Amino acid sequence: MDVKERNKKYNEYVDAKVPKTKNFPTLIYAYLVGGVICMIGQGIQDILLALFPSLTLEDAGAWMLIILIFFASLLTGLGWYDRIGVFAGAGSIVPITGFSNSIASPAIEFKKEGIIFGLCVKMFSIAGPVIVNGVAISVLVGIVYLFL
Amino acid sequence: MWLMYLKVFLVGGFICMLGQILIIKTNITSARILVLFVVIGALLEAFGLYEPIVTFAGAGATVPITGFGRSLAKGAIQAVKEKGILGIFTGGLTATAGGIAAAVIFAYIFALIFSSKTKKF
Repeated sequence: MDVKERNKKYNEYVDAKVPKTKNFPTLIYAYLVGGVICMIGQGIQDILLALFPSLTLEDAGAWMLIILIFFASLLTGLGWYDRIGVFAGAGSIVPITGFSNSIASPAIEFKKEGIIFGLCVKMFSIAGPVIVNGVAISVLVGIVYLFL
Repeated sequence: MWLMYLKVFLVGGFICMLGQILIIKTNITSARILVLFVVIGALLEAFGLYEPIVTFAGAGATVPITGFGRSLAKGAIQAVKEKGILGIFTGGLTATAGGIAAAVIFAYIFALIFSSKTKKF
């Protein structure tokens, strides 16, 4: 059996075995959970603006994200965020809470391998690519704007 | 007031649903989704297309990770206007410093407090 044929058979085997998430309801769950997280964010922002009239919209938005990140980290620590993620899929990944979860989750998971080489290194296993590519795109945008 | 919350829900949910469609169609990993959405958000902001969505839907556009990309691009553009070449390097991370620092420090604290639960799949 040559390599190509073997790879093809292997891929067919993988396709057959990998659990399928091809369910229409997951779209609705993702929509609902994502939408609700955004509404909670809007609620926090409106409460902050009402409590502190001197706050600018931009600063209220920054506070709102920090508060969401705090609760997402806490829920991740308690093991509740992953339970939401099981049925919400992208609804729990795409909001900023998912970014927070992607940092807290491996940090907690790999604590047993040590604070520095476990917790601190693995913390960025998902957030690292996001920040690297985010910085790259922001530098690119900056360069383009410099010459406009 | 309540109309605004409806808009937040519809737009925020829609952006998340796009991510779920990607998962279903391509079995994409969550890291790739996050990277892709940040880049898309930054590009839309650079072309001036994301700001109208923020005006329309508020947190519905700033809470999804595309809003993180938007902050990166917006910060870079503003910093370049104010500081020139230095702004290319300082703009993006300065604008998103709050979110990144919060995510890192809260993860650090809670990782020290909590231990991982055994996952059952």
